[in-house]
Amino acid sequence: MEFERRSAPYLQTQAKVSAVMQQVLLALVPAAIAHVWFFGPGFIFNLLVAALFCAIGEAVMIRLRGRDPNEALADFSILVTAALLAFCLPSLTPWWVTASGALFASVVAKHLYGGLGFNIFNPAMAGYIVILVAFPVEMSVWVAPRIGDIDYQHLSILQTLAYTVSGSLPDSLTVDAISRATPLDSMKSGLGGLRTVEEIRGGPLMGDFGGRGWEWIGNFIGLGGLWLFFRKVIRWQIPLGVMIGLLLPATVMYMVSQSTHPSPLFHWFSGASILCAFFIATDPVSAATSPKGRLIYGIGIGFLIYAIRTWGSYADGVAFAVLLMNMAVPLIDRLTRPRIVGHERAE
Amino acid sequence: MSAPTFDLGDLHGGLRLKGRKKAATASGIHRMPVPKQLILPITQHVGVAANPVVGIGEMVLKGQLIAEIEEGLGAPVHATSSGKVVAIEPWPVSRRHGDVAPCIIIETDGADQAIASVETRADFRSMTPDALRTLILQGGIVGLGGAVFPTAQKLMQAKASDIEVLLLNGVECEPYISCDDLLMRESAREVLVGAQMIMHALQIEQCVFAVESDKPEAMRRLAVELTKLGDTRIVLKQIPTIYPSGGEDQLVQLVANREVPSGGLPTDAGYLVQNVGTAAAIYNWVADGEPLLSRITTVTGDGVAQPMNVDVRLGTTVADVVDFAGGYTANVSTLIIGGPMTGKSISTDRVPVVKATNCILALQAAPASGAELACIRCGDCAEVCPVQLQPQQLFWYACSDNEEQLRVHGLTDCIECGCCDLVCPSHIPLTADFRIAKGRIRELADEKARAERARLRFEARNERLEREQHERESQLEQQKQQAKRAGPAEIAEMLKRRNNKDDD
Repeated sequence: MEFERRSAPYLQTQAKVSAVMQQVLLALVPAAIAHVWFFGPGFIFNLLVAALFCAIGEAVMIRLRGRDPNEALADFSILVTAALLAFCLPSLTPWWVTASGALFASVVAKHLYGGLGFNIFNPAMAGYIVILVAFPVEMSVWVAPRIGDIDYQHLSILQTLAYTVSGSLPDSLTVDAISRATPLDSMKSGLGGLRTVEEIRGGPLMGDFGGRGWEWIGNFIGLGGLWLFFRKVIRWQIPLGVMIGLLLPATVMYMVSQSTHPSPLFHWFSGASILCAFFIATDPVSAATSPKGRLIYGIGIGFLIYAIRTWGSYADGVAFAVLLMNMAVPLIDRLTRPRIVGHERAE
Repeated sequence: MSAPTFDLGDLHGGLRLKGRKKAATASGIHRMPVPKQLILPITQHVGVAANPVVGIGEMVLKGQLIAEIEEGLGAPVHATSSGKVVAIEPWPVSRRHGDVAPCIIIETDGADQAIASVETRADFRSMTPDALRTLILQGGIVGLGGAVFPTAQKLMQAKASDIEVLLLNGVECEPYISCDDLLMRESAREVLVGAQMIMHALQIEQCVFAVESDKPEAMRRLAVELTKLGDTRIVLKQIPTIYPSGGEDQLVQLVANREVPSGGLPTDAGYLVQNVGTAAAIYNWVADGEPLLSRITTVTGDGVAQPMNVDVRLGTTVADVVDFAGGYTANVSTLIIGGPMTGKSISTDRVPVVKATNCILALQAAPASGAELACIRCGDCAEVCPVQLQPQQLFWYACSDNEEQLRVHGLTDCIECGCCDLVCPSHIPLTADFRIAKGRIRELADEKARAERARLRFEARNERLEREQHERESQLEQQKQQAKRAGPAEIAEMLKRRNNKDDD
């Protein structure tokens, strides 16, 4: 009798890349609902456009590389990229802007570097930065959150869709009428205009810690992130690192001068800090891989976010911080290799 | 009776695997009738092959020495039943390297007649430690946990490195395997006295007996027998059921909270680790005069009709053992010698059960777990690695054949336990890849060593040629000086000598 030769181990592996990615997507659902609740249906259109063009970019690249596109799309990783990109976009974004970011993310940042597992840079962040730089005007149309006492202009689903398709508003509305500065923007321009943090924080868009509406999305992202942590999809080092890296400089500067530096909590709950901590920086492919390395990587990102927000020319620094730390990954991994059992402690 | 204690060291990673042992432990140890043919490889141990001392056509008796070790590392081989030697020829076997090895083939006569029993043995306590170790050497006993290192030599090494504690390994952490469990249940006393013998041979006063927590019945029997023996030097220790806690180095770490240095042995940490089966084999030989003729083998898996533990005569083919266990089930596809994590799959069941065969695992075809995908560096592998390697990084360097980084990242420290494989969401066969990479590193090292030897030879030759040249020159110079200083008489003498030379 002949038997099949295989190599050990022979037990079945339960884990699957697609399952990991699906859980990441699932964890983002509550935050997505909150996003639509506060900023309208634009998020859904952005998500659809991003997913479509990410998938097209991936399918074309995979075919050019001579592999079966279905197999690659089935790992769901490109949908995670699309979702993260969509979370970074203003709810009103013309489709070509989103499409450009999605194509850059999938074609250049992911596949020109060798596809899933080989990309040095976080694809979603690379795509986001390209459109941030290429379409500065379109990328700044943030509508006001739909909260009772805030003066916001309600756009219907059709009006939102029309804007996504054509990039133009109904004749009765102007961009200025519907858009508001984001909390980070108003903080940056306010401080630039020599107003105090207290004055700026007194504005109607400001909430308990960050901006109203924004902080709620942040809460749901945090919940999703915790769920991923308990599911062991992500580990604690990177999220904690990012939060600490942001907290430390923010606290020091806040203590130095409260009128010119917003509180650490403002930094935590504004912009993409929490999304970055749990979902962006934790992309394992482009992050450091040793436990200690992950902590350092996270702290580095948090620190850079603070530096860019405070001293840079952009209101938020998440995407730049992530890409900068992506570059440091090989070095971090080299310097933080865990001690192998049976080896001397000092190297 | 001392209760099991839990003051344990820490093992990094590991996996809690489903035991899958119940099917084979439901009944006791089964005994097989003598098979028609016995296939006894002359190498069933680490070291040099044993030399056959019987000829073709010769009749042999059960227990008779049929292959011996003259010198070097190794263990003798004994006939495991009576019959006629019909051939000494290559036969399929299951070994780490190679699939065929020379075997002594015996056609049994069914009488199972034993060689005239040795004179009743003296109590082991009255033997000198040296005499006891020498005796063990003759019993053909090797490590029965699977590593098959000749036990006598292991004891000598341990003696030389002044170890203090015997660590008895009754862990058996790999799923499916239960031969040690049943041995401890049915022969607790033999195992314990075997441990006493080892302690006597080494003149040590401490023994830690580690048993995994999923073997309460074995633990209970051991405790009962230990109380009867009243030996306070032996301490039973229950350890948590985590794979691979039964690896020698991992067990030392768990029980003693000491790390075995990289490239070293447990003896370097002060411990001698012996499998419980080995202890029982020592007992059988030293107390009853029976050399290592059989072992308990677990026959199990969904590919076998009646999973069970069988006391198998060495040399019995796997086919015979599976037949005894009710034969294969319909969809059997893979046959493995050893466990599901570290065993070796074989293509034919003609291979014999040898001293290393702790388990015969037959598995039905399983649904494919999906194609191998790219590594996403999730690091799950690093989390479960008991040696704290970073398989995700090793894999990267193995793909690019980066020998230096493979060394730096500890490829040679990999114990091939298979944990990383099992958790990999990309289904990368990491263990197999690392095994191949290790082979390549060894090849490269051999090549380097060869090149180095060639270089040394070349340099030595150059040096010699230079030296000879130099000597010739200085000789010539000397003669010239002599000639310059010479008077007429001496010149005449020299000329005469030269003329004589020309005449020759």
